[in-house]
Amino acid sequence: MSTATATHDDHHDHGPAKGLMRWVTTTNHKDIGTLYLLFALVMFFMGGAMAMVIRAELFQPGLQVVDPQFFNSMTTVHALLMIFGAVMPAFTGLANWLIPMMIGAPDMALPRMNNFSFWILPFAFTLLLSTFFMAGGGPAAGWTLYPPLSLQMGDGFPFMIFAIHLAGISSIMGSINIVVTILNMRAPGMTLMKMPLFVWTWLITAYLLIATMPVLAGAVTMLLTDKFAGTSFFSAAGGGDPVMYQHIFWFFGHPEVYILILPAFGIISAIVPTFARKPLFGYSSMVYATASIAFLSFIVWAHHMFTVGMPVVGELFFMYATMMIAVPTGVKVFNWVSTMWKGSMTFETPMLFALGFIIMFTIGGFSGLMLAIAPADFQYHDTYFVVAHFHYVLVTGAIYSIMAAAYYWLPKWTGNMYDEKLGKMHFWISTVSVNVLFFPQHFLGLAGMPRRIPDYSVQFADWNLISSLGGFVFGVSQLMFVWIIVKAIRGGEKATDQVWEGAEGLEWTLSSPPPYHSFTDAPQVK
Amino acid sequence: MREGVTETSRSVYDLHMTIFWVCCVIGVIVFGAMIYSIVNHRKSKGAVAAQFHESTTMEILWTVVPIVILVSMAIPATTTLLAMEDTSNADMTIKVTGIQWKWKYDYVDGDAAGVSFVSSLHPEHNEARLLGADADLSKFGDHYLLDVDNPLVIPTGKKVRFLLTAADVIHAWWVPDLGWKKDAIPGFVNETWTKVDEPGVYRGQCAELCGKDHGFMPIVVVAKAPEDYAKWVAEQKGAAAAAEASADREWTKDELMAKGEQVYTTNCAACHQANGQGLPPAFPAIAGSAIATGDAAAHMSLVLNGKTGTAMAAYRDILNDADMAAVLTYQRNSWGNDAGIIQPAAVKAAR
Repeated sequence: MSTATATHDDHHDHGPAKGLMRWVTTTNHKDIGTLYLLFALVMFFMGGAMAMVIRAELFQPGLQVVDPQFFNSMTTVHALLMIFGAVMPAFTGLANWLIPMMIGAPDMALPRMNNFSFWILPFAFTLLLSTFFMAGGGPAAGWTLYPPLSLQMGDGFPFMIFAIHLAGISSIMGSINIVVTILNMRAPGMTLMKMPLFVWTWLITAYLLIATMPVLAGAVTMLLTDKFAGTSFFSAAGGGDPVMYQHIFWFFGHPEVYILILPAFGIISAIVPTFARKPLFGYSSMVYATASIAFLSFIVWAHHMFTVGMPVVGELFFMYATMMIAVPTGVKVFNWVSTMWKGSMTFETPMLFALGFIIMFTIGGFSGLMLAIAPADFQYHDTYFVVAHFHYVLVTGAIYSIMAAAYYWLPKWTGNMYDEKLGKMHFWISTVSVNVLFFPQHFLGLAGMPRRIPDYSVQFADWNLISSLGGFVFGVSQLMFVWIIVKAIRGGEKATDQVWEGAEGLEWTLSSPPPYHSFTDAPQVK
Repeated sequence: MREGVTETSRSVYDLHMTIFWVCCVIGVIVFGAMIYSIVNHRKSKGAVAAQFHESTTMEILWTVVPIVILVSMAIPATTTLLAMEDTSNADMTIKVTGIQWKWKYDYVDGDAAGVSFVSSLHPEHNEARLLGADADLSKFGDHYLLDVDNPLVIPTGKKVRFLLTAADVIHAWWVPDLGWKKDAIPGFVNETWTKVDEPGVYRGQCAELCGKDHGFMPIVVVAKAPEDYAKWVAEQKGAAAAAEASADREWTKDELMAKGEQVYTTNCAACHQANGQGLPPAFPAIAGSAIATGDAAAHMSLVLNGKTGTAMAAYRDILNDADMAAVLTYQRNSWGNDAGIIQPAAVKAAR
């Protein structure tokens, strides 16, 4: 494998522009990746602050902190920010930074569109947050925006819809860029089945995004015309059907769930072999499992709506299809465990987060399997059991993978090692507190506490108190993450090009930090 | 999960426990292998990495075994589901309507045919939660927010069919002890059933986000032995007749104001607040408002029909003539408003 060298871009002026305009006008995949990651971090803390408001209100029974309407906007906007503002942009940021370096390309295929797809995002979320200052307040119908409730929103309604349109356009452009880059800019010799799994999972994710984002755009546009143009897509009084919205929404929404987790699978598949010093077990079955999960994600949407009163045949179909997802997901977990088996493991921070991911994501998978059983779902549905389930797969799943990725590639990006001791502390405090936060929510749900309520019966008080305490610790401990990143950017022990003893792949052949245009000469992959 | 009090809820509980233990066993095996590996295959113990990275046998094995487990789970789940969805041969039918934020029950057939009432959060609980941080919740025991003014009463040992619908947004009717929840959707009717064997009080609440007071629309089902149930039906019919008669007589202002305050606290205060100031901009003030101090007919029409595109519900089917007249009078003569009284007869005429 040949190496591109840092000296290569010395002989013509290709360095970044100076000052603020560097970031506004940049078409460089690393700069845009950094922008995406920073934006995601800001949104993570804003969404997190809303979660703190929610846990403060639920700290004890009675209404102490906020009024119920504002509470509902907190749950709604917390979800919208975390999904569309934090997790998705963080993955896009990682894709921007890593895909060109992993496939041996100088940059993304469509650099100007790359700039545009990022810079839409701050406007989209400013629009969304501005609704809090409008008559009627922020969106409060849940992130799923079910009509007719979502149509009761005040003046902010069209602004929220437009914000979703913008975020969707950004995602679609980002995805097209990723697909084009992967399919056209691989180094000679890098066949599809030699691509790192992170590249594979993102290729599949990008197709999911391109297929489903327009569906969401269509659904929210129909909401818009129902409210302002007198159409009745979702109103029975005019011949429409409120449940049709749910079908359309979840046809987007379920693939969306996998959009939030497939890149995570790619990250874990990169980290575990590095720290086990052993090749990934079952590479090709990992690729096929990812593709099967993506396919299945299109035919299970109605398991989010078992209680709407579907015909029994429909319920049976969606139950069986949903249970099938456990098979390819299980294959992935088994492969990771086999990769560790008889390895030579060390436990630096990225590996700790990856192991945390595997265990806690699997716990989320188990509760997911339980939720798939339709008759049992009639009890679980819309309770805290569901809240616990999706926070296990999204916080200790998606977000843990993003943190693992940040620690894993930070030395490559900055050229400096992060503070390992602080990193481990961050992991252990987060992992203990996140379980104190979310595990009791299983019990709350099974005991009968519905989700999205600001006040509750005294019988739920104890576990809510514990959950809130865990939440506050988890929230505050994320400030450590910011401090560790800032510290690594400012300086620290110099990282080698290889960084990790067991790391394999083209990105580790570049210098740390890598040259501004990653590979100006394509490396040869054998 | 609660085991509940019906055959359905018990079979759901069994399914839940089975799948729970299946997950536990798989968890022990997978996490056990992982922990064994983490403990033993570490570099600090001098472990040297093996280089194997593929085994088709293993891949097939861990694809097929989970499929077998899943099929064995799917069979009991299917049986239970089919039984739950079978609403045939019901002894009686009750129509349940979700309204922001209360439930309305109509007894469609059987001895109680024609009985109809609205069930809202119990006034004492409502008062407590409106107090916010100052409320003393200890007096409610374990049932804070899970008590209503008029509980749903059903006979034991009878298959009761429910028809669920909604007047405004989607709600979901859930009593954990009965073993299921079902959405109440405006413009559509969902069907489900229960059969409770033991007399008792079973509590639940709305399970689908339905706006500001979603957390404050509890459900209480009282299952009574057939003879007690018959007594209850007779009482209800008597009360309905009395209410009908009272609408025809002339009421004094004091009577209307006293009743009006009661009705206002239950139905209006959550949004428009006890002091009539509302929570602008979403929920406007009534104190000093043009509507509550202006034309009586316009005021009545707004409350009867609601305001589309907002959370203001139509109270036509929720309040009877006397309640409607009382609450309108209360709104027109409180907090500095002084716009005259409205008699039940006027409401009757306006309908």
